Formats: sequence, structure tokens, C-alpha cells
Amino acid sequence: MNEDSIWSWETAWDVLPQLLRGLVVTIEATVVGMVIASILGLFIALAMRTPTRWVRGPLRLVVDFIRMTPLLVQLVFAWLLLVDIPPLVIGFSVLGVHYATYMSEVYRAGIEAVPKGQWEAAIALNLPRARTWRAVVLPQAIRNTLPGLGNYAVSMFKETPFLFAITVVEMYQAAQQYGALNFSYIEPLTLVGLLFLLVSYPTSLLVRKMETRLA
Amino acid sequence: MTNTSNGTPAIEFRDVVKRFGDNVVLDKLNFSVAQGDRVTLIGPSGSGKTTILRLLMTLEEANGGLILIDGDPYTHEYKGDKWVEIPEKRRRVVRNRVGMVFQQFNLFPNMTVLENIIEAPVHVLGLSKKDATDRAEQLLEQVGMPDKRDARCTQLSGGQQQRVAIARALAMDPEILLLDEVTSALDPEIVADVLGVLRDIARTTDITMLLVTHEMQFAREVSNRVLMFDHGQIVEEADPETMFTNPKHERTQEFLKAVLGG
Ligand SMILES: Nc1ncnc2c1ncn2[C@@H]1O[C@H](COP(=O)(O)OP(=O)(O)OP(=O)(O)O)[C@@H](O)[C@H]1O
Ligand SMILES: [Mg+2]
Repeated sequence: MNEDSIWSWETAWDVLPQLLRGLVVTIEATVVGMVIASILGLFIALAMRTPTRWVRGPLRLVVDFIRMTPLLVQLVFAWLLLVDIPPLVIGFSVLGVHYATYMSEVYRAGIEAVPKGQWEAAIALNLPRARTWRAVVLPQAIRNTLPGLGNYAVSMFKETPFLFAITVVEMYQAAQQYGALNFSYIEPLTLVGLLFLLVSYPTSLLVRKMETRLA
Repeated sequence: MTNTSNGTPAIEFRDVVKRFGDNVVLDKLNFSVAQGDRVTLIGPSGSGKTTILRLLMTLEEANGGLILIDGDPYTHEYKGDKWVEIPEKRRRVVRNRVGMVFQQFNLFPNMTVLENIIEAPVHVLGLSKKDATDRAEQLLEQVGMPDKRDARCTQLSGGQQQRVAIARALAMDPEILLLDEVTSALDPEIVADVLGVLRDIARTTDITMLLVTHEMQFAREVSNRVLMFDHGQIVEEADPETMFTNPKHERTQEFLKAVLGG
């Protein structure tokens, strides 16, 4: 082993399995988080359209509150509050809820982008309101939201290192642990960066392709 | 206004008022359309033709008066002296008798041609998918597109889309068909196809038709009555022959001169 060099391939090789295990947790958190965010986000967007002010007002407040406070703070807060729940569960729940507030905006825009003529054609055919949503508006709106969903998936993925704050051993935390134990941080952290890039770059290319195809 | 001596009119407007903000578009409009009539609305831009059709499709809300379909109150009614909205549940029953074809077609782009046509028959009329499909194929034949059943609407030309939209409206077996400038978004060479389809429907069915068009020749062929509108009022009504060759009212003369370029 060459003690003077900054980079050791041996160390890199040694830490890789741990990092890959962390990557699995990272991806898990992102996928579960995104599933929560896309479903909850849709419900928020729909609830925001109800005529009842008693629903919209308070919901708006909660959504704004979540959106305007840092994810890290929310994670730690939930973790301190909900002591009986496994950190990973808290992790993807908070990620999911946090991103649901952003996704609801994407859905709102997607719903508003459905031309008025579509609603009018549905009325002219006497389609019930619920059927209009399900068969006409949402399929078109969700198509509009796919690029937004992809973009938020990438940014959620990049924010998963915050999970370290609540003791979830995702990729970044795995690198930290290895570093602390072996006094070498360069290799693990470089690899963490590369692994993030390896996943998020192709994903964002895919999203961009989707954007141009749907435009 | 003239009314049918034999039976209830298909459509009746009684003192209908429609405002957009301060803009009073219809000010106590009265008119009626007899069962099976083909009525063309003509008049300058902004005179309220589209508004009348949209009121009949409940795409706009009236600010006063009554709209009756086959004598049934549709959107509002009087309870004593009070003018009240009829709830959606009851409106739906009446709305089933009314169909509309739009200038911009408004097909559902997330569905195939067939799906567009059977959506409402299945989910509104409760037809089986099989029956609805059989009927849809028959209608596609009728509008001259038997081979486009499984096409995506986005792959069709404007003229084809409009013919699908006509088939979609007919699939609901409407008593009343509203047509608002259904050819004005189309290339001139396709207009004739669509008009041909409508002419065919006029000949082979007894659907009451209320149409707005700038195709005066077409109006002359299919309609038996023409109403000239200006400022939300009927200034003249006549059979097409009289209206187009010998209009009485000065406003009608001016208008026809402008559109016919005579
Ligand atoms: N959604 C709306 N909001 C505000 N004003 C409207 C709206 N729809 C129609 N109007 C107004 O109502 C009046 C009648 O419009 P309408 O579309 O019925 O006219 P039209 O006879 O169909 O004209 P055109 O021949 O140009 O289609 C116009 O002054 C128009 O500006
Ligand atoms: Mg118009």
C-alpha cells in the first residue's frame, strides 16, 4: 500500500460493497418516497380543487409550511417525535410527504393544461363528473406530469443523504462510517459522488427525452 | 315567435338573459324550435349565436329566463316567484337528449377513435361494450371512415376528426344536435366531406338540428328555417329561400351582402 498517494484503489475496492448496500437503501427510499409523493400529491391537487374553503384553506397552509421548511429539519423533527417507528420508514415517509407538496403543483399545472374543450366535450356527452376525471382529464394530466415527476425523482434521490441525520445507513452514511473507521474519506466519498451521478445522469437524460417527446 | 301547432317544441327559450359581466349578450330572448326542425342561426360576430348553443349544452349558465327541452325545464325553473337552478341530477336526464359538435372537434386524444365513440354510450347510457361497438362501427361507416376504428385521434386529419366527433355525438342518439361552425377550422377542400356527412344525417334522420354556419349554401340545403340574430335578438326569421334571396330587414340585407360578398 502506498501511504503517500491520495487515492488507493485498494480502499476503493474495499468500501464498494458497503456503498452498494447503501445505494440500495438510497434507491429504495427514492422509489418508495416517490410513490408516496405521486399518490399523495395527486390527492392534494384534487383536494385543492374542491369548492369547499374549509378544505382548501387549511390544506394550503400545511402545504406551504412543508414546502418552506427544510427537509433536514422535517426529518429530524419527525424522528424525534416518532420514536417507535424505524428510521427508514420515517425517512421515506417524510421524503414522500415533502415531495408530495411539490408534486401537487406539478399535478395542478398538468390538470390546468388539459384544454377546456375536453371538459366541454365530456359535458356534451353527459359523462358523469367522476368518469370525466378518470377517463378524460387525469390520463391527459398525468401524461403532462411525467417529466415533472422524473425531475423530482432525481432531486429526491440527491437529497437522500439527509437521511444520515436520522441514522439511516444510506450511501452517504455508509461512506462516513467507513471513513471514520479507516481514516480514509476520499475514496468512499468520491465513489458516492460517482454512484449518484451514475444513477441520476441517465435518469435525467431519460426525463429530458420524455419532455421533448411529450412537448 | 312562431311555434309548432303540432305538439311541444323541441327547444324553447323564454325570456332568456345572458350576461358576461356588464356585457348583456341575450336580453330576454324568446324563440322555439319545433321537433325535427333544422334551424340555422346567422348573424354578425358577437351577436350571441355560440352563446345560445352553449346555453343549450349547459356550458354556460343563464342569468334569467327558462330553457325548455320538449317542454321540460332544463337549467332553471320557477318555484312560485323564485327563479332557481335545477340540480345536476335532473339536468342530466334532459341533457341526454342534446348533443353537440364543436368547431375544434374536442376528441379525447388519450383514446382511440372507437373508444371516443363508445365512451358515453357505455358509461352514460349503460350499453354493453359489444352493442356500443357495433353501433360505433355502423356510425363510422356512415361518416365514411370504416377503417379508422383503432386509429389514435391525433393521427387523423381535421376533417376526419370532425367526422369522428359527429359519429361520437350521434352515438348518444340525441334528439337535438347542436353544430357550431363545425367546418370553420377545416381546410377548404375538406369542408365538403363534412358537409356531405351532415347533409346525409339531415336526410336520413329526424334529429332536430340547430346550427351556426357561414356556409350559406349548406344552410340553404339542410335547414328549413333561418334566424337572423343581431345583438342577441332575432331580427328576422324565414325559410332559407326567402331569407337568402329576399330578406326584409335592413340588418339582414347588410349582413348577407357582407358574407355573400354580393
Ligand atoms: N366566456 C366569455 N366571457 C366573456 N364574454 C364572452 C364569453 N363568451 C362570449 N362572450 C361575449 O358574448 C358575446 C356573444 O358571443 P358569441 O360567441 O355568442 O357570439 P357569436 O355570435 O357566436 O360570434 P361569432 O360569429 O364570432 O362566433 C360577445 O360579445 C362575446 O365577446
Ligand atoms: Mg360563435
